[in-house]
Amino acid sequence: MSNSEPVWSCPVMKPCQYLLLLLLLSVGVSAVEIQRPRGVPLSKRQFYEEGKPFTCLDGTRTIPFDRVNDDYCDCHDGSDEPGTAACPNGSFHCTNAGFRPAFIPSSRINDGICDCCDTTDEYNSGATCQNTCRELGRKEKESLQKMAEIAKEGFLLKQQIIQEAKRGLEDKKAKLADVQTSKKDLEDRVEALRIVKETAEQPEKEAKERHLKAWEEEKAVIRMEKDKARMAEVFLELDDDADDFISVAELLSHSELDPDSDGSFTEAEAQGLLGGVDKVDTVAFESVWNNIKEKYISEANADTPAPVETPQEEMREPVSDNDSEQYPEDDIPEEEEEEDEEDEDDDPDEADYKSPPTTQTQEKKDDDNEGTMPPYDQQTQTLIDSAQKARNEFDEAERALREVDDQIRNLEKEISFDFGPNAEFAYLYSQCYELSTSEYIYRLCPFNRVSQKPKYGGSETNLGTWGKWAGPEDNVYAMMKYEHGTGCWQGPNRSTMVKLTCGKETVVTSTSEPSRCEYLMEFISPAVCQEPPSLDFGAHEHEEL
Amino acid sequence: MAPVLLLWLAVSLSGTLAVDRGNFKTCDQSAFCKRQRALKPGESPYRALLETMELTNTRLTLQLINDNNKVHLLLELYRLQGNITRVKINELKPLKPRYEVPDVLIREPPTEPLSLLSQDENGVVLSLGAESQRVIVSARPFRLDIMEGRDVLMSLNSRGLLAFEHLRMRKDTFSYKVTSTVASVWDNIKRTAKEEEEKVEDGMWEETFKSHSDGKPNGPSAISLDFSLPGVEHVYGIPEHADTLRLKTTESISALQPGCVPVRAFQHSWKGTSLNLSPSFWDCLSQQYETPQTDVRWISESGIIDVFIMLGPTPKDIFSQYASLTGTQSFPPLSALAYHQCRWNYNDQEDVQTVDAGFDEHDIPYDFIWLDIEHTDGKRYFTWDPHKFATPKEMLQGLVDKKRKMVAIVDPHIKVDSNYKIHNEIRSRGYYIKNKDGGDYEGWCWPGSAGYPDFTRADMRAWWASMFAYDQYEGSMENLYTWNDMNEPSVFNGPEVTMHKDAMHGAWEHRDVHNLYGFYVQMATAEGLIQRSGGVERPFVLTRAFFAGSQRYGAVWTGDNAAEWDHLKISIPMCLSLGLVGISFCGADVGGFFKSPSTELLVRWYQTGAYQPFFRAHAHLDTPRREPWLFGPENTALIREVVRQRYTLLPYWYQQFYHAHQTGQPVMRPLWVEYPQDPATFALDDEFLIGRDLLVHPVTEEGARGVTAYLPGKDEVWFDVHTFQKHNGAQNLYIPVTMSSIPVFQRGGSIIPRKLRVRRSSTCMEHDPYTLYVALNPQRTAEGELYIDDGHTFNYEKKEFIHRSLSFAKNILSSANLAPEAQFSTRSWIERIVILGASKPSKVTLKTAGGQESQLEFEFDASMSVLTLRKPGMNAGVDWTVTLQ
Repeated sequence: MSNSEPVWSCPVMKPCQYLLLLLLLSVGVSAVEIQRPRGVPLSKRQFYEEGKPFTCLDGTRTIPFDRVNDDYCDCHDGSDEPGTAACPNGSFHCTNAGFRPAFIPSSRINDGICDCCDTTDEYNSGATCQNTCRELGRKEKESLQKMAEIAKEGFLLKQQIIQEAKRGLEDKKAKLADVQTSKKDLEDRVEALRIVKETAEQPEKEAKERHLKAWEEEKAVIRMEKDKARMAEVFLELDDDADDFISVAELLSHSELDPDSDGSFTEAEAQGLLGGVDKVDTVAFESVWNNIKEKYISEANADTPAPVETPQEEMREPVSDNDSEQYPEDDIPEEEEEEDEEDEDDDPDEADYKSPPTTQTQEKKDDDNEGTMPPYDQQTQTLIDSAQKARNEFDEAERALREVDDQIRNLEKEISFDFGPNAEFAYLYSQCYELSTSEYIYRLCPFNRVSQKPKYGGSETNLGTWGKWAGPEDNVYAMMKYEHGTGCWQGPNRSTMVKLTCGKETVVTSTSEPSRCEYLMEFISPAVCQEPPSLDFGAHEHEEL
Repeated sequence: MAPVLLLWLAVSLSGTLAVDRGNFKTCDQSAFCKRQRALKPGESPYRALLETMELTNTRLTLQLINDNNKVHLLLELYRLQGNITRVKINELKPLKPRYEVPDVLIREPPTEPLSLLSQDENGVVLSLGAESQRVIVSARPFRLDIMEGRDVLMSLNSRGLLAFEHLRMRKDTFSYKVTSTVASVWDNIKRTAKEEEEKVEDGMWEETFKSHSDGKPNGPSAISLDFSLPGVEHVYGIPEHADTLRLKTTESISALQPGCVPVRAFQHSWKGTSLNLSPSFWDCLSQQYETPQTDVRWISESGIIDVFIMLGPTPKDIFSQYASLTGTQSFPPLSALAYHQCRWNYNDQEDVQTVDAGFDEHDIPYDFIWLDIEHTDGKRYFTWDPHKFATPKEMLQGLVDKKRKMVAIVDPHIKVDSNYKIHNEIRSRGYYIKNKDGGDYEGWCWPGSAGYPDFTRADMRAWWASMFAYDQYEGSMENLYTWNDMNEPSVFNGPEVTMHKDAMHGAWEHRDVHNLYGFYVQMATAEGLIQRSGGVERPFVLTRAFFAGSQRYGAVWTGDNAAEWDHLKISIPMCLSLGLVGISFCGADVGGFFKSPSTELLVRWYQTGAYQPFFRAHAHLDTPRREPWLFGPENTALIREVVRQRYTLLPYWYQQFYHAHQTGQPVMRPLWVEYPQDPATFALDDEFLIGRDLLVHPVTEEGARGVTAYLPGKDEVWFDVHTFQKHNGAQNLYIPVTMSSIPVFQRGGSIIPRKLRVRRSSTCMEHDPYTLYVALNPQRTAEGELYIDDGHTFNYEKKEFIHRSLSFAKNILSSANLAPEAQFSTRSWIERIVILGASKPSKVTLKTAGGQESQLEFEFDASMSVLTLRKPGMNAGVDWTVTLQ
């Protein structure tokens, strides 16, 4: 409205304004058709006295009265032409009986566009305007009433909210005190349990090492026996003529033994393998065996190459891995993977302590023909069990401490947060409100973040995290700013202004993107409702003055 | 020192300032250009065969021979009415026709008789009409000299750079020959050896740029010609390099620009302009020497040499001559000269309504609000986004109610989508440009895969025009106008971001017609806007690409600039250069398209743009909002003030455009157009004239505390339009400036009508009264005009207008009818007459046609010698005199 207000000032007018208002209220505007030049508000009427010279309201010059509204601008302040478009800085007053009086720039007089609802601005342009003041007045009254009702109800709600917030704040403070006390106890407990744990783990470690060492030794014996048995088998296999000697010729039938792997296994090479002699007996074969056992391929297995299975398994694994990466959470199609996930959920550290080894590992070890490690003896197992118990208790206590720390942090944050002069905005904390548009679902989590998610697939975009209250200086709680959201391509990081208006409910009513990546969200809440002024329908007449 | 005006315009910033230069070829990357550039000045192989000369009343023809390859060319020389000489060179017997530009000339130029003055074995001398102008045709080597008296005005092929690649059959490649039958191998090798004489070079039959290959089934076809201008020092034009108006010495100017006007005005004592109608892909080399002489050279990849040499003798004569060939500026609707508010993009109807209301709230006038590509349904032009612009007519009606208008973008790339009516129609009618294999050419642009209608076809253009009918273009109304962008045409995945040169327009390659494409798009669109109103309403179409003759179809903007001070500065030489080739309706995006301007830059840009012909603010999608009221009340007031200044001057702007439309004179002019004898004006490009009478020196320096304006004319006086302070001409005037300053001066001796009642749109001001600003010269005289019509129809062609001359002499100001045959009535009247440089009268008498006399009241400001006559009140369309006594 600033531009449509009159340019002249009226410093000594306050009392007369008051009187005028009373007049308006008691008699009614339409009845008071006091003679005055076109476009002059009642408040200025006294300066335009029929027949007397007119002095420009800025006092710069005096002109004959017939030059008022004669469609030529004589006064620098435009005051001689309140009813014509002659002055570039003039303004025209529409009475708008039945509605709000208004000033319009005088350039809108007779421009063919209806500006005043009482049509008085178009008196000579040929424009056909309808008087819409009564209709507008009725509508405005209705909407003002409605708004007043809303404000009233909203304000009542706000009082409740404030009470609740007060209670909530006290509760939180009390809780914080409680939690801080319990934290102290927890810290002591964690320390105590740590000592218990460490005490139990030392004997456990020693017992496990003992057990493992015994098992390693046993395994070495088994391996040696197996090697011997195999050597005997191979001897029989190689000894084609069953003369209990392995000859050069017999060795040559195994081309894989070619020492330089050059494709021709010569007699000299074979003889070399046999230690320079033509043939060896079972005893001498022992040293030969050590040279060839790595390369030797059993005649029984020669047709079926052994190591084929492993790659197949490897092939399958990455594929399923990829799958689970592509569909991170939602749809995991195969049961196998679900199992995998469950396995992964287990604390990986625990596996180290687990014993005896799981069935799975047992099977794998079977392939190696080395057998499985025997279960721990009773004594060791007891040590392990008690150490595990100490660990579990310690972990649990530590977790509880962390939780308490979080709780304290959150409580402190919430208690110190600026929720408005009466903490009336506290009830929005850790809530979220959504608005669904044709394309997106917008989500406002006050004091946390604003986001946007496409309705039909696609990931969520962060439109900003809580920044600050950003209303005008005199009403800083009218606006929230969320900033540093997802960056825009070749643009700024997204940010959102949330404009709060009074309402009975708490709801997001609209969003828009007035500038690229700068969002505006309209949010209604009782928390911003002001105490409604007692319904004074004269109030808006003030705007005239 | 005679300055030379080189009017060769390839204008538009968009290709050069904001776009990655690496996407555009340098001359070395372009085979034809490289070949032509490799030619060294010296003995030309061309010889005129004088025995073939035929001289009719209107035409001289004569064959040229290239002694190296024995190919014959045909030279045609015409004398055209209005002191113009036309030189055409084509192959005598081309294998197939070479492209000659259609539709750019408004008619076949009428000729005048040529006569033979003398002839011998060395050459012939022809008379160019009555004046002492002659053409000397020298035979060995071929050369043309245009003479006036003893002076050479211009020489053609004096450096021997005429080159004409004749069309030829493609010979087999060597590798092919080796694999052919043994019997023929030897013959082939012998043939290959012979061809060495013709030097088969890389790039003659195909070339690649980045990943793009250009098949050249027609082989080499480039042409080149050099012009020498003895005595010439100053060269103007080529605004793609327009950091200055005057051209600096340059070796190479990239050819492929969004807009191109192949015109050069060479001025030698203000004589000589040439227009070359070879079609496409220009390259220009110019060199300047210590001794005044400028050599210029044209290179084109195809077509023929068709040069119009306009011989002035004054700059104004040259503008008339050029207009007689290519037509004049279209006469825009008055509202199009007002302020335009644009942004990529106004998001939805509500946004449009909010911005519209914002102008009223802040009392800033505007006439047009613009919608960029996002208003469409998925970049399908002629449609509206069904959610954001669901009820376009409602929106347009809202603007009608405020007497305002809208422009929506319609680009020439058509989304390939079988559910899109426009696409289906174009495809089924076979109107798309074809690729070299005969299928519809497809490229990537805003909508993704897109086809490009063949606007070189008259039937295509007629169909396109019909799409603007109200029943075809759904949601359109009479206050919706059109913007053609991307009409170079832009092809995101094409070579140099445009179309493949071997794409086919009927029988012609894109190589031939490239620079005409944008011209035709705007032509067809303007025709559509005319037709939809039954031929009643004037169109308004903005284009980015243009060619000689584009002035006939609407406005041009300088393309995608950026919010930088340098870009503000060069908006002046760019629009000046465009004006010199007839395109008066020019403007730069106020505020800068890319990036975000500082508040100071934005205000300064508004102040500059308000005094340039096309006044539109525009901003990129990624920039913060920029409506004039978003920068605090002080800056809002500064912008409001300068937009209002624009509106007060609309009568003068409109009158200037009427003139441009009638005569071809530029609206925005370099000072030397009016002061050709004043060398101090030759290099000025930080100030300009609007018409003859207003001189503007915008503030284009950051943090400026003052500017120095040159006021031309030693017999002139100039009045500061804000303070009415008088200044003498022929001086550099230092003007201290603040943020509100925009130095503008009215020439003493002029009368400028203004409408001081600024309203929310120009249409609202239609019936408002005029204030006449009479600025007296030292002889105490002044002259001006007043032109009034309905502001939007073609009825002015039916003599429905008022055109009056206003003159002040011997203390009498009078209004006389300049067009007695015209009929129009106006409600506007004269509310005030302000006489600058006046002395105080004792009595002022108004006499109107009926013989009635009345005394006028007046005020006299002795400090500034300003006399203001109060409310004379006569109708603006009648005869009257005002006498000062």
